[in-house]
Amino acid sequence: MLNPISLAFKEAKKEKRPALLTYTVAGDSSKKQSLEILKEISNYADILEVGVPHNTPVADGGQIQTSAYRAIKNGIKMNDIFKIVRDFKKSKNSKPVIFMGYYNMIFQYGENNFLKKCKKSGVNGLIVVDLPWPENKIFSKKCKKNSINFIQLLSPTTSNKRLKSITKDSHDMIYYISMLSTTGGKLKVSPKKILANYNKIKKISPKKNCVIGFGITEKTISNFKNTDGLVVGSQICKEITRSLSNRQNPVINVSKMVNKLRKKIS
Amino acid sequence: MKLKKGIPVIDQGDRLGFWGGKFGGNFVPETLKKPIEDLEIQFNKLKNDKNFIKERDKYFKNWIGTPTRFIKLDNLTKHVGGAQIWSKVVSDANGGAHKIYNATVHCLLAKRSGKKVIIGDTGAGYAGKMLSMAAKKFGLKCKIFMGAKDIKRQQPNVKAMKKNGADVVPVYSGSQTLVDAVSECMRYWVANCDTTAMCVGSTVGPAIFVRICGWSTSQISRELKVQLINEFGEVPKKLKLYNCVGGGSSSFGFWNEFMDYDKKQVEFIGVEAGGPTKSKRHAAPLTYGSKIGILHGAAQYVNQNGDGQIEETESISAGLDYPGISPLHCFLKDTKRARYTAASDEEALKAYQIVTKYENLRPSLEPSHAFFVALKESKRFSKDTIVIINSCGDAYKDRGILEQKLGKKYVKSN
Repeated sequence: MLNPISLAFKEAKKEKRPALLTYTVAGDSSKKQSLEILKEISNYADILEVGVPHNTPVADGGQIQTSAYRAIKNGIKMNDIFKIVRDFKKSKNSKPVIFMGYYNMIFQYGENNFLKKCKKSGVNGLIVVDLPWPENKIFSKKCKKNSINFIQLLSPTTSNKRLKSITKDSHDMIYYISMLSTTGGKLKVSPKKILANYNKIKKISPKKNCVIGFGITEKTISNFKNTDGLVVGSQICKEITRSLSNRQNPVINVSKMVNKLRKKIS
Repeated sequence: MKLKKGIPVIDQGDRLGFWGGKFGGNFVPETLKKPIEDLEIQFNKLKNDKNFIKERDKYFKNWIGTPTRFIKLDNLTKHVGGAQIWSKVVSDANGGAHKIYNATVHCLLAKRSGKKVIIGDTGAGYAGKMLSMAAKKFGLKCKIFMGAKDIKRQQPNVKAMKKNGADVVPVYSGSQTLVDAVSECMRYWVANCDTTAMCVGSTVGPAIFVRICGWSTSQISRELKVQLINEFGEVPKKLKLYNCVGGGSSSFGFWNEFMDYDKKQVEFIGVEAGGPTKSKRHAAPLTYGSKIGILHGAAQYVNQNGDGQIEETESISAGLDYPGISPLHCFLKDTKRARYTAASDEEALKAYQIVTKYENLRPSLEPSHAFFVALKESKRFSKDTIVIINSCGDAYKDRGILEQKLGKKYVKSN
């Protein structure tokens, strides 16, 4: 049986479109609201990345930092995040969930405890921004044993030799970082160039589902229709911030935005 | 966990860059793997290259002005009435602090690799000031990331950076101090690592930065060893080396050459920032038993909550106001080679007053922490004990704080 993440890609492929992955920060702007957002956007997104907020995020730009600080300020704790996922997984439209965060949160929880709790709550995959290959070898094996996808990251600076080793050690899904940037940066590389790198990865590793992230927005997303999947994060976080400062409901606004994103690639 | 003899501590990490199997490492985004690897290859080659060392020594001597003075503090010795109290006046170095060594080496490396821009973080402003000086000297563009709170409290250094042509980028996230400046600097490097070199301002960050910085500041102890032998004919039988510890670059450099001596002969005492007496958020992870965590790419003892969120610190000295500590010091603590303790804000100010009263020396607030502990402990040492405090920064940058805390009159009279 396929795992839920691979299944989501398969479903999207049936509809001849890339899978849509969204990123929102758990607890932004409150525990309750972030759960509502997940429930609403899962009507349109295929896989939901749930950001585990951390206060020294070395790879995140302003938008995601703002969301993360807001969530931490509102008192979000690791156990609350697990609970948000568990509650979301009980809802009728639930979709696969991937945690995205920094290694210290896992390290403090204890790797084994963390994975046990992931399994119990229904987390399907993990992206650990600051645990690169080969440092992640042991942990990614542990994930596999627990049927949790450890998602390896690739970037434009990844050498060919490294690319081969990393994809070999990866599970069903890999994540290509489109450009040299923190999250939320403007797309500074042409889509053509990004797709060339994407195709290089697919050639080396045709069976793995490869998603592209960083710089994907309403404006740029339609350039990448012929891919396995696309991640939109910062623009959603920005929309939450904008809604809050305009005293509008972020749940409605974000849901509208994700609906639009989905239409652009369908 | 064991410290090996005959091998430089910076080279005692394992294949993945961990000291003692658990401190340090490379917890970095995939994008930085390649530039870090490039820097590792370059540094490993150059640190044994005679021409490169010659070039380094030329700039150290003619531009930084080595060796810095090693002086006896006669009046303090008399006042305290115990050990002989000496100081290594590292603040003599061009720019007024030890940060110039690391900045110079990073600029030399950047230049050799063809990079046009160098970026760096700063807390007290010294690392930034020195990097801006070195960048100017070597014709590199320079960008310095500095917490907005630190910009306010260390104005003299900010002015110096700008005068040297550096772009000072204020960081408003989090606690708006050094920890956030380092994060922001790393983020900028993630986005620009193809054209830009990064200098981490202390012995922190991914393993290669810990090593380069430790290698650079070791100049301090290389000089001191020669000066000791000139003065005493040998390395004294009872030697105690006191140094403040924030990230840990000056203390590591002050101790490195004496690493292989028995600690009964050469003892290392690191003094962390205890913060205001009534505060809890001490920037002293080694003294107050913090847990191991990951900060800025390295595993280390770090102030954090149970979830792993890094905690804010509070210290009068911006240069020590950092929740983590170099992996090298974690290693020296756990192998018991060095001893660590803390001094509070109030104690550092008191030490500053005593030192400036008795001697023609103006240690900045960072080394004032070390002076406090050294003066306190010297009382009970025998007269043949040699106590040396690394006066690694000058108080000029602290004028504002000193004036506010001790009064205008006091600062002016010094």
